Amino acid sequence: MNLRSWVLAAGLTALATAGLADGHGGKVKVGMITTLSGGGAGLGIDVRDGFMLAAKMAGNENLEVVIEDDQRKPEIAVQLADKMIQSEKVDIMTGIIWSNLAMAVVPAATAQGKFYISPNAGPSALAGKGCHPLYFNVAWQNDNLHEAAGAYANDAGYKNSFILAPNYPAGQDALTGYKRMYGGALAGEVYTKLGQTDYAAEIAQIRASGADSVFFFLPGGMGISFLKQYAGSGVDLPVVGPAFSFDQGILQAVGDAALGVKNTSQWNKDLDTPANAAFVQAFQAEYGRLPSLYASQGYDAANLILSAMAEADVSDADAFRAALAAAKFDSVRGDFRFGPNQHPIQDYYVREVIKEGDVFTNKIISASLTDHADAYAAECSY
Amino acid sequence: MSMLLLIEQVLNGLQFGVMLFLMAAGLTLIFGVMGLINLAHGSLYMVGAFAAAAVAGATGSFVLALIASLIAAAAAGALVELVVIRRLYDRDHLDQVLATFALILIFSEGTRWLFGSFPLFLDIPAALSGPVTLPGGIQYPAYRLLIIAVGLLIAFGLFQLIARTRIGIQIRAGESDREMIAALGVDISRLYTIVFALGAALAGLAGALVGAIQSVQVGMGEPVLILAFVVIVIGGIGSIRGALVGALLVGLTDTLGGVLLPGLFATFMEPSAATAVGSSLASMSIYILMAGVLLFRPTGLYGTT
Repeated sequence: MNLRSWVLAAGLTALATAGLADGHGGKVKVGMITTLSGGGAGLGIDVRDGFMLAAKMAGNENLEVVIEDDQRKPEIAVQLADKMIQSEKVDIMTGIIWSNLAMAVVPAATAQGKFYISPNAGPSALAGKGCHPLYFNVAWQNDNLHEAAGAYANDAGYKNSFILAPNYPAGQDALTGYKRMYGGALAGEVYTKLGQTDYAAEIAQIRASGADSVFFFLPGGMGISFLKQYAGSGVDLPVVGPAFSFDQGILQAVGDAALGVKNTSQWNKDLDTPANAAFVQAFQAEYGRLPSLYASQGYDAANLILSAMAEADVSDADAFRAALAAAKFDSVRGDFRFGPNQHPIQDYYVREVIKEGDVFTNKIISASLTDHADAYAAECSY
Repeated sequence: MSMLLLIEQVLNGLQFGVMLFLMAAGLTLIFGVMGLINLAHGSLYMVGAFAAAAVAGATGSFVLALIASLIAAAAAGALVELVVIRRLYDRDHLDQVLATFALILIFSEGTRWLFGSFPLFLDIPAALSGPVTLPGGIQYPAYRLLIIAVGLLIAFGLFQLIARTRIGIQIRAGESDREMIAALGVDISRLYTIVFALGAALAGLAGALVGAIQSVQVGMGEPVLILAFVVIVIGGIGSIRGALVGALLVGLTDTLGGVLLPGLFATFMEPSAATAVGSSLASMSIYILMAGVLLFRPTGLYGTT
């Protein structure tokens, strides 16, 4: 290669890079509203840390993130969303953990032309008739993990389950999801208060119900209380639940009471994919703790946004939306794609709580549902 | 519903009630003696739980953890009284609410800063984990029985303290006429600090006892605080006896309401709707109880003025 053609080549490369920066690489401002204080703070912190880890690893300077704390209160989430849309002028919103908050924020945000990428909450109301072209859920539809638990209960031969969940949208989705797949009878169905910490009354009902198994969905501190009290009650029926009550953040607080419990998840730290190995290792190096499924969801949400930024400019909403829908990123879960309602189609696993040295964690013991979509996709039309 | 289940639920209600009493006793004393609305009482409950979890984690001893919860909460209470609350006695209730609400935020963020946002681990001692069989074949967790016993014991001790000791006399005198006992030469500011620290210690003990069966986390005190206020309104503000009766009423109503109401609705509705309606009504039941009591006794069951 002579000097002239080298200069030409260099010039072309520079042009091409500049063109890329102009054409696709416009700045993207992400507004993250998540729970960073109060009872559910561990969940929001994990989503945030996973998200920021992916942003840091990508090193893309065009991605700007604004983070606010919703304190798990719908009214505060709504105020923050207004602020982010009107004064911060964000392009994309993300971060909400709780379905009741998502219901308060997401429809308004998408109606104002903002993308919303959910790293956690996936209420059924937003997956079916209420779906929106600008709304993506990168985690799951709320029913999914519970459907996986129902499928597992069939495999395990349970015939008479006692089921309980808090009385809020995700709790109702949970019991609906379990019942959709579970083929046996119900020994009892109980809705508890959201944020309830004493389950003595429910455990007494379980004892009296003649059930052969217990399914529960109690995320965050609620699950810690339930499991500790259950372990002390002398009721020894097998327990099944979604991963939320057995995630890395709370297992240490539950302690021995959780050991051996089967739970269902779309992710675990021992999933054998290169992307996952890199994520688990980087997360531990950065934060000094094991990642939870919330962290994996935050990480995937950031990588989804980054993958779309490489393909299209956020100001071209149609192109950006198509780039998001293509989901061309290496999910830590392995195979991942969006269904017609922009919710995941993915595999679900059964995990068991084990103890590695001093640390409680999960390991995958079997697959529960493969290539599973949600039940509401058919009702969605844009 | 079987008799066994009903008895077990009554025990659950009692256990919940005595826990509420530990919270409400301090709250009602502080309001009765000093005329102060202390919203930060829930934070002292949290301080007790965190101190217990930290000490249990370091030493492995549950008894030491309980002692630590008493000391830490009492110390935090005394400190808060000396630094902040002391300036609020002469202000109106709105200022007190504002300042003590600020204390909630300071305590919550301070605890988060020290211990992080993830719930801590505090387990019940091995000897008390698991159920005991009561006469009649009821299986009931040993630890919860202990909580009932400890709560009733403390209630008894508190009545003795108020009725028979010198400090009890001063507290009763302080409740009825603050200016007069100051004029009689009682060191009123010392009395205030002692009462505040005593109330704080009880809240801290409640936090530690409950923390072992629930989760020890930032913000754990606020839901209990609301119920404790309901208790002292029902019992009559300033009355320890009212706090005990109110706490047991609220505990039993809340627990039995949550169990019986869905069943009641299920007799004439389809099960999942009955569960939904029953649970919603059950969460209202204690407020309905409060409204009912206030309707007939506007100052509460044992209220004086």
